[in-house]
Amino acid sequence: MVFDFVSKYKIFLIISLIVIIAGLTVIFLQGLNLGVDFIGGSLIYINIGEQYSADDIRSILSSQGIDATVVQVGENKQDAMIRMRHMENQEEVQKKLIAALKKKYNLADEKFSVDTVGPTVGKDLTLNALKSTIIAWICILIYIWFRFELKSGVTAVVALIHDVLVMVAVAALLRTQINSSFVAAVLTIIGYSINNTIVIFDRIRENVKRFGRKLSRAEIANTSISQTLSRSINTSLTTLFTLLALYVFGVESIKEFTLPIIVGILAGAYSSIFIAGPLWAVWTGKNTATAR
Amino acid sequence: MKKKSGIKLLLIIACIAVLCYIALNGFEIGVYRVVPIVNEIKQGLDLRGGLYVVYEAEIEPGDADGENKISGAIRVMRNRLDKANQHEATIAPQGTNRIVVEIPGVENPQELADILAEPAVLEFIGPEDDIIITGKDVKTAKPAYITGQKPVVQFELHSEGAQKFAEATEKYKDQIIKIVLDGNPISEPRVNDVIATGEGVIEGMASIEEATRLANLIESGALPVELKQAAVRTIGATLGADALEKGLFAGMIGIGMVFLFMLFIYRLPGLIADLALIVYALLVVVAIVVLGVTMTLPGIAGIVLSIGMAVDANVIIFERIKEELRTGKSLRSSVDSGFSKAFSAILDGNLTTIIAALVLLFFGTGPIQGFAISLLIGIPASMLTAITFTKYVLRLIVDLGINNLKLYGVREGAAENGI
Repeated sequence: MVFDFVSKYKIFLIISLIVIIAGLTVIFLQGLNLGVDFIGGSLIYINIGEQYSADDIRSILSSQGIDATVVQVGENKQDAMIRMRHMENQEEVQKKLIAALKKKYNLADEKFSVDTVGPTVGKDLTLNALKSTIIAWICILIYIWFRFELKSGVTAVVALIHDVLVMVAVAALLRTQINSSFVAAVLTIIGYSINNTIVIFDRIRENVKRFGRKLSRAEIANTSISQTLSRSINTSLTTLFTLLALYVFGVESIKEFTLPIIVGILAGAYSSIFIAGPLWAVWTGKNTATAR
Repeated sequence: MKKKSGIKLLLIIACIAVLCYIALNGFEIGVYRVVPIVNEIKQGLDLRGGLYVVYEAEIEPGDADGENKISGAIRVMRNRLDKANQHEATIAPQGTNRIVVEIPGVENPQELADILAEPAVLEFIGPEDDIIITGKDVKTAKPAYITGQKPVVQFELHSEGAQKFAEATEKYKDQIIKIVLDGNPISEPRVNDVIATGEGVIEGMASIEEATRLANLIESGALPVELKQAAVRTIGATLGADALEKGLFAGMIGIGMVFLFMLFIYRLPGLIADLALIVYALLVVVAIVVLGVTMTLPGIAGIVLSIGMAVDANVIIFERIKEELRTGKSLRSSVDSGFSKAFSAILDGNLTTIIAALVLLFFGTGPIQGFAISLLIGIPASMLTAITFTKYVLRLIVDLGINNLKLYGVREGAAENGI
């Protein structure tokens, strides 16, 4: 069975663009929800171990003049996550707060995880994240150029850029925290999603050799995508199974990491099937149309 | 042929079962004892609990002496951690002006972070408990040999300190001036001569090693670099243990679902893929232990994710075999051509993922690197099991004469209908 993907490529592109533009609009209006890793500040995670009211913690915070957010997380909502911006006397403020919390809920040190990041580290992280993403793209482009052809490389990287944009857009729409886990998730998807595109391009490479003279580029792309469709779906499903397990059963920091990856895997499967192959066909088809 | 293949197959399954048992439970024969390999995996701070601090030194960009300042600061920290009985701690420079300290399993992480951040105090104290000079006055301190191969510490003071020291050595001639680092006396030399030029030696070293150690301590205390805590992470021990337990549980559930899915979709080959997955997991665990990789939370996530990806190579191969079967080829030739045609896709796909993982390893920091290492271990392991183990076992099964196409996930008659 051969599906026609190529002729509808504009519709597929528009669907992606809607998501991306919606996300970018939110970023433009409200900015991204940057975590302490990027802007500096503290994240205090407490395993209180009993039912508690977030308002109690908020009143402790406001009595100490700390501007912070409190989120109830964990099993039966017995854990608390407090995020605050970087302040001049961060250490002091934090110590006072932790002492107050320990007293209030009668807790030992081992129930606390504290993450404090100064503003300079955040700047480095942002730069590193951008640098590694772009370097990864360039390396992958060169590899595909070498093993396939330049046009495959460019369309594969376009699909990757699409995946990253969708991940950022969805993070903006869901107000997900952007922290170093998110960066790791983006880079994971770059590595994972390229795999999907490669499998399709591998089939295209094979089919061009066999039917290159008989069939148009669009027909070859449609055939190749259809032939690899069940593999694309099944592999994405198995990966989604493990990720869903991590998301449902993992601790908060694992959840933060897996959610963007789940979004990225869906975006990656979409882009390799509906964008990379069709774009390649449209681009190469223009030059070879006369040959047919 | 049939019998031989059957025996081989049973042997392989038995081997896997035994290896799994050893990995999980360990075993003992006479004097030989193998501990469960899973216990040998080094756990990172986020799983054991502990302290992670990034210190930032105030070093001007392009300071030629920057490297010395950092290594001096590391010596001071090591000294303090040893005093606090934290011998498991790691201290490493990061970039040009940062120092990363990791201390696993501490009970009072914040206290320790504060101790490390205190400025180093080196003092030369006279017999009347008066502070003569401090670390800031010391320019250099080096081990050396003088007259008759006697190991000594040579030190040089800045001009202001030199003047103060000249006055003091005159006043306390033939008495003892203590050198104290962070409240601990590290040397108690007697003043033999007035040191007027600011350049002196400390004699009475038992060996050149002792001289080197003392020189390092004096110079470390003299470090003119201020350290600030750029990032601090303290992880409570119970929280770490909880993360590990839940991560492992999630991993089990995830793997279980993948097992069932493969079995349901690909039937007999799916079962082989499941076996291959177990072999893959064993390989990864052994690699982690042998390479001494520290497992962190992102590392576990990387492994669990790579399990999903490990199945991919098998999926590519089985889909290809199904396609070949549908063209009406025999089972044996379908299996062979399925493997050979799937190979280029698996190779290119895995190599590009390795490229991305390498970029993560070189340009990422901390947790991102842990994740990259997991991927770099997982990818070759998954490729290896798919193109060797799966292939070998699948051929054995074909040799056994199991050729009901239903067992391979292809409907009977599909070939004729061309579906």
